[in-house]
Amino acid sequence: MKKMKKIFTVSTLRGLLSIILFVVLWQLVVFAKVPYLENLPYPKDVAVHGVEAVQSKTYWLNWEISLIRVFVGFIAAQVIGIPFGLAMGASKVFRDFTFSAFEMLRPVPPIAWIPLAILFWPTRELSIYFLVFVGAFFIVVINVLQGVSNISVSLKWAASSLGARPKDVFWKIMVPGSLPSIITGMTVGMGVTWNVLIAAEMIAGQGGLGRMTWEAYTNHNIPLIVVGMVSIGVAGYLCSMAIRWLGEQAMPWKKRF
Amino acid sequence: MTTHDKIEGAISIRKVTKIYDPEGARVMAMKDCSFEMGAGEFTIIVGPSGCGKTTLLNAIAGFDTITSGEILLDGDTISSSLKQIKPNVDRMVVFQNGALFPWKTVIENITYGPVVQDRMKKSAAAELAKGMLHQVGLGEIGDKYPEELSSGVQRRVEILRALINQPKVVMLDEPFRGLDAVAKTVMHEFLMEVFCASPRTMFFITHDLDEAIFLGHKVVIMTTRPAQVKKIVPVALPWPREHHIMNSREYLELKQEVLEAVHEEAKKAFEAGERELA
Ligand SMILES: Nc1ncnc2c1ncn2[C@@H]1O[C@H](COP(=O)(O)OP(=O)(O)O)[C@@H](O)[C@H]1O
Ligand SMILES: [Mg+2]
Repeated sequence: MKKMKKIFTVSTLRGLLSIILFVVLWQLVVFAKVPYLENLPYPKDVAVHGVEAVQSKTYWLNWEISLIRVFVGFIAAQVIGIPFGLAMGASKVFRDFTFSAFEMLRPVPPIAWIPLAILFWPTRELSIYFLVFVGAFFIVVINVLQGVSNISVSLKWAASSLGARPKDVFWKIMVPGSLPSIITGMTVGMGVTWNVLIAAEMIAGQGGLGRMTWEAYTNHNIPLIVVGMVSIGVAGYLCSMAIRWLGEQAMPWKKRF
Repeated sequence: MTTHDKIEGAISIRKVTKIYDPEGARVMAMKDCSFEMGAGEFTIIVGPSGCGKTTLLNAIAGFDTITSGEILLDGDTISSSLKQIKPNVDRMVVFQNGALFPWKTVIENITYGPVVQDRMKKSAAAELAKGMLHQVGLGEIGDKYPEELSSGVQRRVEILRALINQPKVVMLDEPFRGLDAVAKTVMHEFLMEVFCASPRTMFFITHDLDEAIFLGHKVVIMTTRPAQVKKIVPVALPWPREHHIMNSREYLELKQEVLEAVHEEAKKAFEAGERELA
């Protein structure tokens, strides 16, 4: 009951209204044949294509392909990036050996890796996984590193007074202490991941929401382009929600108030 | 406690000098500082900001090295220029800005020591912690996270987290700074209660002179940086103390004595600051 009340707040009503306003404005722009925008489809056409798409198998197959790519690349980035960042934060020697090279590669936009990725990886899927990985990896590492260095020294001192050995300090202080930054890294990383994925699919992909949108363009099917864009938006949003949910599960101390 | 329990935890500070960054800026935080803290004695440290009080605490706790001199605990050297220092469960610290683990509940915080030392099972430690909380009227907060608590309650939890380990020495670095007068009174009564229940050596840094005299067996007044002992004022008021002693003549005279010494050093610190700026 409490939940129901929460859904219909003034604020959510305003949010709904903003979407309606946007659609009305869109309708008006197309109707008035505003210069340069005359190719824009009516909202109704997009809706019709959308309904059609949702009923087709290929549409959902494209979802599946994109989600798997994001999943594989993103998970790989966490599995490698989180320990890498923690090691960098915990060991000065490791940091000294890796940080400069890391910082040189970090500013390279993930999309700039596309040519190399296509050339070096034996299959298209592997190149795309790799690109998604690159998109999330640097962000994860830099966030974990920052998280570790932001842990107050008194927490480490308190733990060692209380009898924690260095390995306890690592597992019981550094790891949970950097968790908020890890989750932040994941949230930002997830956004970048979708950016990279869509670009990679448009250039190199076969299947996937990005490819679907691109093919709609080559077939000059403008309503389908818009359907693709909306789908990508929804997919990215769902992934962000998943990360937020994960964050709440992992950090109960952040949720209670 | 029973009177025949032998209280341990006598600390000797012998000619301790600490220079930060000896190769570069060379900040001398302490110079030939010497004094004694008896076992079970409640020692208060006061002195101008930046004079080196926290530096001394870090040295005793084993968080940071000293440049020369020696620190002994019950006759054993725990820090010197030669010795590899290490924190130990016999010396517990309550930190200046609080150091409860935000990701642990109150019970998990308090039981952290006994559990990580493999001294107690988690469940047994939790029972003990619950009992301790209950005894000080905080029975309801065991499952809360630190950020859900007021800073006064956080401080008490942090003190309990130290006490559950039965340390010989408890060190508190301006623990009640920023609390209002009423909250401070509650904290003083709390400390008085836990200290009477099991006396141990207390090393208590503060700026609040009322707090200093109300709680201390003696007040050690530090000089401006580098820290040395300027004066030690014994406080012979009977224990346990109640707040109305603050109106007694004896108390006011002691306060006057401490105030004069502190004021003199504060003035020096101020003038030194002026010189540095000039
Ligand atoms: N890690 C450090 N490196 C260099 N200087 C320090 C360090 N810690 C403290 N100091 C300096 O040493 C002096 C004493 O500091 P501290 O012991 O924290 O004083 P306080 O009496 O206020 O607790 C100050 O001048 C401070 O700036
Ligand atoms: Mg200090």
